Amino acid sequence: MYVIIVGAGKVGLNLARELIDKGHEVTLLESDRRRYLLVEPELGHVVHYGDATELWVLERAGVQRTDLVITVTGDDEDNMLVCQVAKEKYECERVIARVNNPRNLQHFKLLGIQPVVSATDLILRLIEHEVPRYGLVHLLALEEERLEIIELEVQSGAPAAGLRVSEVNLPEGSLVISVLRDGRGFVPTPETVVEAGDQVLLVLDAGLEEQITPVFSYAAD
Amino acid sequence: MFVLIVGAGRVGSAVAKRALAAGHEVSVLDEDPLSHERLEDSDGQTWEDAGGLFTVGRALEVDSLVEAGVQRADVFIASTDGDNTNLTVAQIVQRRFGVDKVVCRVMDPARAAWYAEQGLHTISPTRHAIEMFEQALGLDG
Repeated sequence: MYVIIVGAGKVGLNLARELIDKGHEVTLLESDRRRYLLVEPELGHVVHYGDATELWVLERAGVQRTDLVITVTGDDEDNMLVCQVAKEKYECERVIARVNNPRNLQHFKLLGIQPVVSATDLILRLIEHEVPRYGLVHLLALEEERLEIIELEVQSGAPAAGLRVSEVNLPEGSLVISVLRDGRGFVPTPETVVEAGDQVLLVLDAGLEEQITPVFSYAAD
Repeated sequence: MFVLIVGAGRVGSAVAKRALAAGHEVSVLDEDPLSHERLEDSDGQTWEDAGGLFTVGRALEVDSLVEAGVQRADVFIASTDGDNTNLTVAQIVQRRFGVDKVVCRVMDPARAAWYAEQGLHTISPTRHAIEMFEQALGLDG
């Protein structure tokens, strides 16, 4: 596979190393002269000096034949526009962009740039996973497919505690796919009894989580 | 007409003053509060006294655009000193807020031409300069 990486900062440089290790052909573009000179002794002709938002720089890097463009500069406008041009002008089918400011995520979507990677978002999600609010953790959201995977802890006294999976009153469009108990996980059968303290993983249609939370939590009223 | 101009540099501020004098409603958005001074007229009358609007904020922050009145803009002009900011904000305003007339300054002539093909109204001062020099040298015929 031929990959163009834009931005030779820490992310870009390490990504280039990994992809080269895996046997891929890589060109790394860097617009800062000092950074370029720092990286060049290691990567040699793999790294090009130039501003990837300029069309001729992309063309010199071979954007017409690339399989994948990855933009990981510290500038969201650059990341967005390079991906847009790669996709729409040079018909590169796959692009991946880094989002520095999560508030710019909406702009990437508006311009049709996806997938995107946001370190801030990833860390926020990890925090939620480690310190769950309301005992519910979003593990994965497939936005195009309108599916979500969530993790919940079964509270003692919750409607589902003590019931078989087949008896738990779940809305249509949701399914228990895994139970974590005493540090190990397994895929439940309809006969598996849900116990208080279990972590359950569910896959569900987007928007159903509010109906699901009460089933696994104890409402003291 | 309600005209929203992002970027009050030499170009943006001159266009803003001209549009205001022509009787349009004009709002200017710039991240630098000091750029406000460029909007004063030659008699020292402030921009607000002359009837203009000014918002301090970043072009890509939707809240700033809304505060500056993007939702009721008939014309949007992107004239910051950054091509990438101009191209991004112009497309956002066009696609998200559906502003009728969006004009965008792009110094890089190659991208100005390509985005123009994609339906964005781009103005490339560099392209104009090249043409002027060509004319001066008699290379245009």
